Amino acid sequence: MRVVLAEDLFLLRDGLVRMLEAYDFEILAAVESGPELTKAFAELEPDVAVVDVRLPPSHTDEGLQCALAARRARPGLPVLVLSQHVEQLYARELLADGSGGVGYLLKDRVLDAEQFIDAVRRVAAGGTAMDPQVISQLLSRRAAQDKPMGRLTPRELEVMELMAQGRSNAAIATQLVVTERAVAKHTSNIFGKLGLPVSDDDNRRVLAVLAYLDRG
Amino acid sequence: MNATKVNATKARDAVVAGAQGLALALMALIGSITLFVLAVVSISLIPIGVGVFTTPAVLSLVRVHVNQRRLLAAQWSSVRIPAPYRPFPRDMRTGMTGRVERCTLMLKDPATWRDLRWLLVDMTAGAVLAILAPSLVLDGIFGLVLLTGLWQPIVDAQGTYWYAFVPVGSWATAGAAALLGVVWLAVAMNVNHILVRTHFKLAGALLHPTREVELEQRIDRLTETRHDALDTSAAELRRIERDLHDGAQARLVAMGMNLGTIEALIEKDPAQAKELVLKARASSAEALTELRDLVRGIHPPVLAERGLGDAVKALALRLPVKTEVDVELPGRADAPVESAAYFAVSEALTNAVKYSGAERIWVDMSYSDGSLRIAVTDNGGGGAAIAAGSGLRGLERRLGTFDGVLAVSSPAGGPTMVTMEIPCELY
Repeated sequence: MRVVLAEDLFLLRDGLVRMLEAYDFEILAAVESGPELTKAFAELEPDVAVVDVRLPPSHTDEGLQCALAARRARPGLPVLVLSQHVEQLYARELLADGSGGVGYLLKDRVLDAEQFIDAVRRVAAGGTAMDPQVISQLLSRRAAQDKPMGRLTPRELEVMELMAQGRSNAAIATQLVVTERAVAKHTSNIFGKLGLPVSDDDNRRVLAVLAYLDRG
Repeated sequence: MNATKVNATKARDAVVAGAQGLALALMALIGSITLFVLAVVSISLIPIGVGVFTTPAVLSLVRVHVNQRRLLAAQWSSVRIPAPYRPFPRDMRTGMTGRVERCTLMLKDPATWRDLRWLLVDMTAGAVLAILAPSLVLDGIFGLVLLTGLWQPIVDAQGTYWYAFVPVGSWATAGAAALLGVVWLAVAMNVNHILVRTHFKLAGALLHPTREVELEQRIDRLTETRHDALDTSAAELRRIERDLHDGAQARLVAMGMNLGTIEALIEKDPAQAKELVLKARASSAEALTELRDLVRGIHPPVLAERGLGDAVKALALRLPVKTEVDVELPGRADAPVESAAYFAVSEALTNAVKYSGAERIWVDMSYSDGSLRIAVTDNGGGGAAIAAGSGLRGLERRLGTFDGVLAVSSPAGGPTMVTMEIPCELY
């Protein structure tokens, strides 16, 4: 799998390159600034891009803007955005086009290599990887205001939280130590209670849940 | 059609200005004369002692009277007259010495003497200017009334009646008087508001502080806000130091110790070493979280990346209460202003969430007349006030450093509206 990487801190960039290579990713380019990233997007055909939100020279959200622009040019281009902090505002912008293939994670998540690589692969495959912090904020906010969500059992809330992060039923089953069938039952309950259209496609389900959580 | 409308508005304005003129004249003739006499008597009684007690009271009344006029000037004619009184020290002594001190301070204040000088002008020139407005209207109407036949009984009783310069003695001259009355009314329609305005301008010219006094006040204000700014930033630094010391720093120490133990255990007891590795990783994650929170408190990352509008939007998304943010800013302000505005909004929002019991909050940010204007409104229970030690007082002090102002409207039962204004430039 071919990756374009944009990260301005040398140590972190170097570490990410090593980690990704160790998991058999091919690094097409590892750049350190916004203009270089734009150039890489224009010239290379990566399967997935891993991008830091804040990049030089402006040190504003240059990386995020580059990624959004690249996705406008090539809809569905998988992008995993990393940041020192996560904001619902940014998550919303990344998810706005509804086409999936998006990740948004705290930089801390690279500490757990397996989980991080899993997230990169998921995004590359057109799935979603949302940081648990974004999801828990969304959940607590919605749970306080939303009536249908009050009808979910604690277990269903747990499943919903993991689903919103972009995990597959199999991954959720492993994490909660239950069978996949049980997870499938929980998800159909959740969709029923919230009045969401049922779908067999994992990605679509995730996006529907995220859209529901971010509504209003 | 349109001309009629314009004339109707003009006529109404003339009548309103006439009523205002009448009120002003009464204030000048009754209020100003009484107060001036009282003040002169009271001050001349100081040598025998009595004046020391009466003078502060009388001068305070004078100030109330003058401030009333300042208020009316702003309300009726949009003439702004600054109130340049020197503030009393906070730790005024009470009892006898306090009174003497108070009396001396008031007499030393040049604003007091400007007030008294103005009283003199107000009861003469001010009163004349003010009375002209209603006179024009009433006299004009009276001219018209003469033509209805009223001139006859008047002339029968006391001979030729002089309406201004028209000797009224027949229907023809009564007609001339009515014509003049119409002229008066036409004049009133066009100059009445000018007369009232001139009255206030005159007051403004006499009451306006000298440049020296203005500068003096500015220096006082700057000294005060500088103290506040230093206090706040020192407190902030202390908080940051404490947070780092107790948080991230302590965790890094623990991590280092764990790593040392791991080094020793790795061959002897790999299982325990692995457990410690997990612990060290958890510590590093916690240290990161704490640092992130700390950074958010110093300078929120979204503010650096996106500016004030989006930073407040991101903040609103973190609140448990539904919050609408409306931003109309044509550019970005200087970083210190943005930061101050952000934390001010943050404080206002925290207050609303914590104390108001609101279900919805609205934030409006706009820029006009060289000022950043922010309003935070909630539909909660109201009753918020800028009291000592409250979050709102802190907010006021924070804004003060930027010459910003804070206003709170929060009647019992709500809604609460906190408005902030910070003069600044956008780029």
